[in-house]
Amino acid sequence: MNGLNAAMKTFPGGKHIEGHKQLTRNEPICAMPLPAQVIIPLSQHTGSICEPLVKKGDKVKAGTKIGQGNGVVSSTVHASVSGTVNNISDYNHPVLGSCPAVIIDSDGKDENDAQVKERSGIAELSKEELLAIIKDSGIVGLGGAAFPTQVKLNPPRPVDTLIINGVECEPYLTCDFRLMLERTNELLQGIQLIQKIVNVQKVFIGIEEDKQEAVLQLRNRIMEKKRRFEVVALKAKYPQGAEKQLIKAVVGREVPPGKLPFDVGVIVVNVGTAVAVYEAVCLGKPLYERIVTVTGRIVKKPANLKVRLGTRFSDIIAFCEGTKEPLGKIIMGGPMMGLAQFTDDVPVIKGTSGILMLAKDEIKDFTETPCIRCGRCVNVCPVRMLPYALSLCVESKSFEQALQYNPRDCMECGACAYVCPAKRRIVESIRLIKAVVK
Amino acid sequence: MSEERAMTLSMTSSPHIRFPETTSRIMWTVFFCLIPSGIVSVYVFGLSTLWIIITAVLGAVATEYGCGLMAGGKNTISDGSAALTGLLLAYNLPPQAPLWMVFIGAFIAIVFSKVLFGGLGFNIFNPALIGRVFLMASFPVLMTRWPAPFRVDAVTAATPLAVFKDSFQGTNVLSQADIINYSYRDLFLGFRGGCIGEGCVAALLLGAVYLLIRGYISWQIPVSFIGTVAVFSWLFSGKDGIAGGDFILHILSGGLVLGAFYMATDYVTSPITKTGQLIFGFGCGLITGVIRLWGGYPEGVSYSILLMNILVPLLDKFIVPRRFGELK
Ligand code: SF4
Ligand code: SF4
Repeated sequence: MNGLNAAMKTFPGGKHIEGHKQLTRNEPICAMPLPAQVIIPLSQHTGSICEPLVKKGDKVKAGTKIGQGNGVVSSTVHASVSGTVNNISDYNHPVLGSCPAVIIDSDGKDENDAQVKERSGIAELSKEELLAIIKDSGIVGLGGAAFPTQVKLNPPRPVDTLIINGVECEPYLTCDFRLMLERTNELLQGIQLIQKIVNVQKVFIGIEEDKQEAVLQLRNRIMEKKRRFEVVALKAKYPQGAEKQLIKAVVGREVPPGKLPFDVGVIVVNVGTAVAVYEAVCLGKPLYERIVTVTGRIVKKPANLKVRLGTRFSDIIAFCEGTKEPLGKIIMGGPMMGLAQFTDDVPVIKGTSGILMLAKDEIKDFTETPCIRCGRCVNVCPVRMLPYALSLCVESKSFEQALQYNPRDCMECGACAYVCPAKRRIVESIRLIKAVVK
Repeated sequence: MSEERAMTLSMTSSPHIRFPETTSRIMWTVFFCLIPSGIVSVYVFGLSTLWIIITAVLGAVATEYGCGLMAGGKNTISDGSAALTGLLLAYNLPPQAPLWMVFIGAFIAIVFSKVLFGGLGFNIFNPALIGRVFLMASFPVLMTRWPAPFRVDAVTAATPLAVFKDSFQGTNVLSQADIINYSYRDLFLGFRGGCIGEGCVAALLLGAVYLLIRGYISWQIPVSFIGTVAVFSWLFSGKDGIAGGDFILHILSGGLVLGAFYMATDYVTSPITKTGQLIFGFGCGLITGVIRLWGGYPEGVSYSILLMNILVPLLDKFIVPRRFGELK
């Protein structure tokens, strides 16, 4: 560690993880050609599922609202291509397994809905109007959690700090990095809109120091535009991008167990979400596409692709010319917190930050051996739990006893299992405890 | 989509990658870090020490293998922990221990302190030290016959700590012929009477530094252990009242360096948090000091570690990290 590193802001615990980002970090964002068919699940977010607004045979265009949710915590979904509704039925879903979805056959014309047009008089829009636009545009957190953004930006109590999350600490993923480099101006405009909505003075942009280019470019552009956002270079350490760890690193506050960032006066928004806010407000464009990092050592053409929501993984994998070796695992998201898929016939959803493909030899079954109480999991746990103790509780089936170790504090970041020399499936154990002990 | 392809995808849950570190690599690394000290020992005390080392290691591994067979074929010897136990046991024996006794020690170490507790990870006491203490209790004469360095003809000589104690307590039971005056350099290089692996501080430190750099052991236990012994012996082992004791002698003699870096740091039988480890090391140091100065034995490292082993479950229960977000 050199002196610069030591002084770099970060959180206690965690671990530097080999990033594998060189596979795609220099790949400019490239728009993938339209697929012949898209599958738009009616649930792509935290909260209530959307009701379909179209029926079989209806004509839709890119940006046409096709599903709307009821209740406070919900969102909307839109068609991502122009064409005809082929069916509304259950379909494979990368998170839920299966979910009602609107299946649309593309007509290849890629026409936009009439609503998609540049908006004027943005400066006059009130906070409420902006929130309504965000909800109507189906914007959710694009970092992976997919929490409806209009809810997040309207906290029940005032906050004083906005942190923009450009950390991207998951190995392999580079979509946020490319976005910060290639869409810097849109990002800054999006941040300004969010700043207006949440009404704060202090705005920080947190980026890991291994993304130097992004740090420098943002700093320069902020100077040019005379914005008062502060870019904070953070130590490259997993899970630096987890909300609570990011808040700790940037402003030194700890979010208490069971509380949310606004409880300590902070709101955290991912860079991709900020750009989506800009597009929705300024261009009138709902969230119907996103950037997806398609990567893995065995992928023939790893890429950062701009993909229409609802595009099948199989279409994307084919566009990247498939794999050099037989596939062992397809993961939606990164290798630490991503979800293994049972098929490539699943659609891209709003939370799909990456598609990671691993070869068979990269997922050798890690056999579990006895815990040697080495303490690595304890030292690495960013919320300072005792992961080994929970793992042992599951081994001896003492679920009640596990409660004293606060299993609910666990954000399932996987750092403990990653470092465990005994290859214990600690995260699985904790999930089990959470499921069994209500 | 092709059904066959879908069938073959792995569905194990996150994290999907693991740090390339394994229990057996850790154990074998510690094992190899201990080898230089054994080599010096063979050089100082002759080939008989080599046979003791081999017997202890093979004895421990064979016992573990046998127990595994009886318990239903679980083969755990490749994790290296049994071999390490055997090696550490050998390092705690006198250079002319008879081989049958060595084997008994190895057997006891594995069966009574490991297997009966449920195997690796569940033992409370350091297995090698259980083996040693058992042998001390059963064969006290054989366990305290110390040949002088470089004298294959087996002239016995008192260990530096025995000499110290004799004069400190004013018992003067040692005959003049038994007493050899060692320089610090002799002590540092291991040219002195004592157990097989404990002598060469230089070789032990070499391995320890490597283990520290690799992060296989942390500094908390060795530093607090040795530091406490140093302060304690400086304060109380002096000729005239408080302070001025020969603490360097106490650091370099007996099994302190071996114990502090290689045995008190045993993951399974030491506290899991850094704070717990500091307390553990401090306790070990205190007990060692008390035994060395006022106890019935010249050396107290093994007993101190075993006694502190008892406290580990308690330390781990009460010394836990502050929950993230909870008020200080
Ligand atoms: S890292 Fe693994 S072996 Fe080490 S204490 Fe934690 S669970 Fe046990
Ligand atoms: S997965 Fe849970 S227990 Fe493990 S390091 Fe992350 S927060 Fe801690």
